[in-house]
Amino acid sequence: MKNLLEINNVVKKYGDFTALNDVSLNIPKGSVFGLLGPNGAGKTSLIRIVNQITMPDSGSIILDGEALAPHHTAQIGYLPEERGLYKSMKVGEQALYLAQLKGLSKAEAKKRLKYWFDKFDISAWWNKKIEELSKGMAQKVQFIVTVMHNPKLLIFDEPFSGFDPINAQLIAKEILQLRDEGATIIFSTHRMESVEEMCDEIALINKSNKILDGKLDDIKRQFKTHTFQVGLNTDNPTEVKNKLKENFEVYPSNFKLLNDSLTMNVKLTEGNTANNLLSFLTSRGEVQHFVELIPSANDIFIQAINKNI
Amino acid sequence: MSKLKLIIQREFIAKVRNKSFIMMTFLSPILMIGMGFLVVFLMKKNDEKIKDIVYVDNSGMFSKEDFKDTKTIHYEDYTALGAEETKKKVEDGNYYGALIIPKQDSLELLAKSIEFYSKDSPGMSLMEALENKIEQKIRNSKLTNFGMDLDKIEASKINTDIKMFNFSGEESSKLINGLKIGLGSIAGYLLMMFVIIYGNSVMRSVIEEKTSRIIEVIVSSVKPFQLMMGKIIGNASAGLLQFFIWGILLLIITTIASAVFGVDIVEMQAARVPSEQVEAAKQAIEPDKMQVLIQEILRLPILKMFILFIFYFLGGFMLYSSLFAAVGAAVDNETDTQQFMLPIMMPLMLGIYVGFATVMNDPHGSIAVLFSYIPFTSPIVMLMRVPFGVAWYELAISMAILLATFIFMVWLAAKIYRVGILMYGKKPTYKDLYKWLKYKG
Repeated sequence: MKNLLEINNVVKKYGDFTALNDVSLNIPKGSVFGLLGPNGAGKTSLIRIVNQITMPDSGSIILDGEALAPHHTAQIGYLPEERGLYKSMKVGEQALYLAQLKGLSKAEAKKRLKYWFDKFDISAWWNKKIEELSKGMAQKVQFIVTVMHNPKLLIFDEPFSGFDPINAQLIAKEILQLRDEGATIIFSTHRMESVEEMCDEIALINKSNKILDGKLDDIKRQFKTHTFQVGLNTDNPTEVKNKLKENFEVYPSNFKLLNDSLTMNVKLTEGNTANNLLSFLTSRGEVQHFVELIPSANDIFIQAINKNI
Repeated sequence: MSKLKLIIQREFIAKVRNKSFIMMTFLSPILMIGMGFLVVFLMKKNDEKIKDIVYVDNSGMFSKEDFKDTKTIHYEDYTALGAEETKKKVEDGNYYGALIIPKQDSLELLAKSIEFYSKDSPGMSLMEALENKIEQKIRNSKLTNFGMDLDKIEASKINTDIKMFNFSGEESSKLINGLKIGLGSIAGYLLMMFVIIYGNSVMRSVIEEKTSRIIEVIVSSVKPFQLMMGKIIGNASAGLLQFFIWGILLLIITTIASAVFGVDIVEMQAARVPSEQVEAAKQAIEPDKMQVLIQEILRLPILKMFILFIFYFLGGFMLYSSLFAAVGAAVDNETDTQQFMLPIMMPLMLGIYVGFATVMNDPHGSIAVLFSYIPFTSPIVMLMRVPFGVAWYELAISMAILLATFIFMVWLAAKIYRVGILMYGKKPTYKDLYKWLKYKG
């Protein structure tokens, strides 16, 4: 079984509003899957369907080879974007309660909680009420109750919001470690740099439709424009530029080199290769900088959405 | 452990540990009984103060015999002083009031021209006592004028006392009817209070989960229906616990209090009834009648009433609290609940009013019977009727209707609840709620 989660042709309507229009996704086992999209695209609707909080109007969902059923909630851990805990309940009691709701026995839940509380060095909070903790502290507790039952599938909706950079890094490390231990992770965020850092695959949802999905590397390849960032040390920059324009598309570039060089972005036109460009450049001066421009997740996001509008 | 059980447990503990629950459970019976004793005490104190009333009898009809001192009134004859002087004296002095009886030609005129002067406006009971006194005197005079023998009239007075039996041959006393009304009213009123207090508590608990945003975490583990039912059952258990504690406390405190202060319960209840009636009641209870009363009390279906109270409490509470839960789910904060509360409170109020208005007059009248079938009022009205004895088939119909409605309402409320708990922002209208009912899954 290659995919842990298969979402097939899911449609969800609220009255006249279509929240998800025939969305299909495959989420490979052991991957970090980025679920991206602008606000109101339908991500939360999809996540709620996977969590069985709501039911799809049509379509099917397969978790680890089985049609999604109520008992699967024990195999899913969900950290919603809008999160919270019972404010007047003690940390330990609350964590135990939530663990038991996920199907752990009380003894087992205690054991696992002790492990996590020690790991995060927060055992001293056990008898504190949530309202006595800071937001960041409460978030740590929330993270623990999301993962403590060792779910096969973890769904994180904006997991880093509310964390300072140090704790955000700690959480990112934990998420990747959970993946290495075999969990599959759905990761929904608007912070594109963390998508770069963490995701193996992504899917982009816009206006209730999936508009893009696949391996992040493949998508980058698909979105690259064959443009190179070039830095050249030459005596006659204007002439080089004009000569280049005969065979390539030349755009201004805004990066800086240490010595006074000609800098520009050059896009390959039909029939040209990177080597053609490079050999032309070496014949005109000393090549200081030659890098292919790879689109960032951020660029891809913006481009894909704009194209979709 | 099943998830429902876990939720019930959490809700129960969260409720019972709450400071206001503990306060209400242990303080309110003490307060209630304290108030009762205070009222009795104050009434005794109030009666102890003797009012000095002076009278001027210009008609010459009344004698000292007619104005005999009572426990609370001391009369003084100021006829010699004259009406004007007496009034002045009363106004300046420490007297309570002055009764002026003028001289008139006919008894009819006299009856209309008697005056009473006082600095404070006198109480109803005092005026009634004075009027009764004068009325009787004038009536007697008239009877004598008609040539009748007062002694014979006195001798002809007879006290009729119809003894009541039921068909199993047990004698019953009339006093017991008052007791039955009292018991029924207390049960019905208590039920309404419990439904409102605990229904509100369910609603607040739903709103709390929404505002603290834990709701999405919870419903990713359990079904919204389980959460709602867990909440309702947890709160109902807390309510029952409170009810039992009250019962036990009431028993203990009353026993101790009557032993210590020597105020016995019969007197406490009698204190609420105007004193003349108490006199009448005391006369009515002759030793053998007292026995009948006690037997009657023992024969009251206490166990049946208790079981029915629990049943109607649970049925009524579940019916209403599912509505409270739906309202809590529909809104974001407590201030938005008001528009939805009215339709919930109306039938509860109606139950109480209909209960008091109809059951007291005729516990088996058609209106009382009708309202003890309607599921939104039946818990209250039926509980009021139960002490008077309700046919088993009526109970069965009422309970069946309540049960069926409760299941339907829970199903309906769960649909609103399920959608509402995940909706934030706009305050919903009734139209929105209707739309939510039609959402799938």
